[in-house]
Amino acid sequence: MIGSGRWSRIAFAVWAALIMLFLFFPIVIIMLYAFNPSNVQSWPLSGLSTRWFSSTWHNTEVRQALWLSLRAGLLATGVAMLLGTMAAFAVDRFRFFGREAVSLVLVLPIALPGIITGMALNSFISFNSLTFSLLTIVIGHATFCIVTVYNNVLARLRRTQSSLVEASMDLGADGWQTFRYVTLPMIATALVAGGLLAFALSFDEIVVTTFTAGAQNTLPIWIFAHIRNGQQLPQVNVVVLFVILVSLLPVALAQRLTRDTGVLRSGRGAPAPGPARATAAPAIGAGAAP
Amino acid sequence: MNGAARTRVSAALFRRPWLRAGLLLSGPTAWFVLIYLGALFLLFLSAFWSVDSFSGKIVHSWTLTNFETLFKVSAYRTIALRTIGIAAAVTVTDIVLAVPFAFFAARIASRRLQAALFVAVLIPLWSSYLVRVFAWRLILAKEGVLNWFLGQVGLGSVNIGYSNWAMWIVFSYIWLPFMILPVWAAIERVPESLIEASADLGARGWRSFRSVLLPLILPGILAGSIFTFSLTLGDFITPTLVGGAGSTFIGNVVYQEVGISNNVPFAAAFATVPLVIMGIYLLVARRLGAFEAL
Amino acid sequence: MRLAKIDWALAGVLGVMTIGVSACGSSSSSSSNLPTKIGNGEGQLNLVAWEGYAQPEWVKPFEKATGCQVHAKYAGSSDEMVTLMRQGGGSTYDMVSASGDASLRLISGGNVAAMNVNLVPEWKNFIPQLQSPGHNTVKGVHYGISLQWGPNTLLYNSKVVKPAPTSWEAIYSPKYKGAITVPANPIQIADAALYLSKTRPSLGITDPYELTEAQLGAAVSLLKQQRPLIKKYWTAAADEVELFKNGDAVIGAAWPLQANNLEADKVPVGELIPTQGATGWADTWMLAAHAKHPNCAYKWVNWVSTPKVQAEQAISFGETPANTKACAFMEQIKKGSCTKYHANAPSAYFQSIKFWKTPVKNCGNGKEDCTDYSVWQRKWTEITA
Repeated sequence: MIGSGRWSRIAFAVWAALIMLFLFFPIVIIMLYAFNPSNVQSWPLSGLSTRWFSSTWHNTEVRQALWLSLRAGLLATGVAMLLGTMAAFAVDRFRFFGREAVSLVLVLPIALPGIITGMALNSFISFNSLTFSLLTIVIGHATFCIVTVYNNVLARLRRTQSSLVEASMDLGADGWQTFRYVTLPMIATALVAGGLLAFALSFDEIVVTTFTAGAQNTLPIWIFAHIRNGQQLPQVNVVVLFVILVSLLPVALAQRLTRDTGVLRSGRGAPAPGPARATAAPAIGAGAAP
Repeated sequence: MNGAARTRVSAALFRRPWLRAGLLLSGPTAWFVLIYLGALFLLFLSAFWSVDSFSGKIVHSWTLTNFETLFKVSAYRTIALRTIGIAAAVTVTDIVLAVPFAFFAARIASRRLQAALFVAVLIPLWSSYLVRVFAWRLILAKEGVLNWFLGQVGLGSVNIGYSNWAMWIVFSYIWLPFMILPVWAAIERVPESLIEASADLGARGWRSFRSVLLPLILPGILAGSIFTFSLTLGDFITPTLVGGAGSTFIGNVVYQEVGISNNVPFAAAFATVPLVIMGIYLLVARRLGAFEAL
Repeated sequence: MRLAKIDWALAGVLGVMTIGVSACGSSSSSSSNLPTKIGNGEGQLNLVAWEGYAQPEWVKPFEKATGCQVHAKYAGSSDEMVTLMRQGGGSTYDMVSASGDASLRLISGGNVAAMNVNLVPEWKNFIPQLQSPGHNTVKGVHYGISLQWGPNTLLYNSKVVKPAPTSWEAIYSPKYKGAITVPANPIQIADAALYLSKTRPSLGITDPYELTEAQLGAAVSLLKQQRPLIKKYWTAAADEVELFKNGDAVIGAAWPLQANNLEADKVPVGELIPTQGATGWADTWMLAAHAKHPNCAYKWVNWVSTPKVQAEQAISFGETPANTKACAFMEQIKKGSCTKYHANAPSAYFQSIKFWKTPVKNCGNGKEDCTDYSVWQRKWTEITA
């Protein structure tokens, strides 16, 4: 079979190593240039300097941008978890007209070029004369985040049986109790995995955000502005370095969650849709990252 | 609400599935129809309007002028073809890069290595897209990192900074994880027994891949391609950062028309190009089962 | 009825993107309701500015002195500035450092408010040409306070480009093919027109912003020939700095800011105004019609008009201050800078620069046969596609 011979295994391993190199080389460069003594990036580095770390730490703009991105990400994730779960339940448990279209519609804000989604949301905001603010950012982000939660939860629901819910109701539990003690534990990890992706998406989004944000900067908008005007370029690298280090936590969490539910080939010959979908979910999730 | 009432409500809901379905759907539907689909529809309606060049106000009378301009002026054709061409090239490149990697990750790597690879593929998604694109400027610049390494090993130098080559490389880089993850999942889902059976029947390497594995993982590849293709199609930041003269994308023109020239109708008209392409792409992909692999 | 309703909805949908939201009309621009004194600051000030116009060097002391926290959004072109000022019904930003090709568009769009020059004492010390210039003063009403001005220059790597160029021809000739960079900005057509006005007098170009169809055609075909020679159309000053620093570009059209930054980074560059002359800018701080922080805005224009801050900005960016008293401070900061940046130059120098303005149909000769800016934008897309 494929990859069974010794040489072909080595060839695959070399290929994987090269892909890793490709993926991480620019990230190493980013980390390196956090220590660039100059404002302009050029190779090789003319020296190493840690002065940008303290100047970034004291930069109130960075803090405000980071704080805004965190709030926007958390709120959008919250909305997405609620609406995405509702849609997933409706699609999994009921037959109704237009059911087939739900997935297609929910995936649109990500699958359509971000610039189109951005323009549409911008129209919505101005139609309702909303002020560009945290609220409008959240509206925009939640719209394209719903699908990540929806996909994860739906995948989980498809693997679980609705008979559990029926049994619970038969035993006299009311809807809330059933949800709290039967349904929620069932979908909890999928919900968190979807939520993590939604947050990652929101946190790094710029195209849609340029159409929905006002004078305040989210972190990516701050980064773009500083990349463009290059006044304190290494500060951008410092911030990204920080974000990468902090993001190891949610990434590790995502890995754990997906592993616990069998993402990474839990049992031989157990091709449950769950694992596959859980691994694939990040794809959708990060889909709108630009 | 007291306990009895709550039970009554639950029972009522339980007996009326359409009510439950309706309640569940009301939230997401309202959100999507009001916020997104309605606005999307109106936006594209405006493609058939025009802007009065003197006052800058939108004239609400039906016209095909915008589409005529798009067809007649060769510059827009060039831009559209360039955008589609590079999006396609990026998608093919990512498939070629991702499939062997995903195969290694799903079938050859040890459990521990799998976990590490999974984290490694996710990390780039959490680190700023903008900054990673920007890092490539330094790598591909004339006196940049790549040429420095080539010079060290005596391979001369390449002059691909700020060009369509640079865009091809950078787009392929940026969207690679979006291809790897669904393909990985798809390969994982293929029962080992199937491949073994094909080997037992004498199929070897390439043949076994082409006629057994490939059809099975095709939905995963398609799912990944939705992202690599669509994300490239709609981008305007990467062309601005790493593109050169003659790297304008549809997204750049749309962004300029909206954000700089205030000509929404024309922007909407040009945006119908990626919209129609992605619409068709999504329908075909759904038919081929890509949505199950998303 | 139904039709009318839909129409209204559509108008609303597109409102924010539409030029000159009518509600922002000229009511606020009548001079009768000008403020007569500057009240307490609102604690915040949102600016749309050119890169380098909100440097910590003078922003930090301003924040400390007034309590107005400055949020600056840098814009890469006049078009972008106009759009930003119209965003969100025109209340997102308080002030904009508009150049002459944006200021009149903002005034006619009703996006900016009249300002009381009597609340800016330093205004009396401005050079006469910038006290009430046509690009920010309409029928005696002031729509902003002038700031700084300067020329668009020819920048080159002095180690590679030998002999030093003297003519704009350098960026139109294939000698430095693939290593030329110019701004990604439709107003760049005026630079080509200026070059043609000197090199092909038969075209009869007298003003590079007033071009007939034929004259525009000549400029466009020159730029189309230039297109294969270009490495990159730069969208921000930092772009060009990086291009020069990493060897991707050796010659290009620039602002003095780039030369300053490159010199600071020890890149060997030269900068000059070529024989054909130069286009340039004269910038104005303008107040948004619906500014939320007008008192901070007045405090800001007062701050940046003081001779000291004028001198700091002039040296930092490499431009000429509007305030005649700035010269002495420039000499204090950097010897010889007053002369280098023309702060004491005779008025003939001011007249020699073709300042950015928005091309309109009416060329001032009573005829409507010139090409307006929307045509320029369309042509620019064709050139750079």
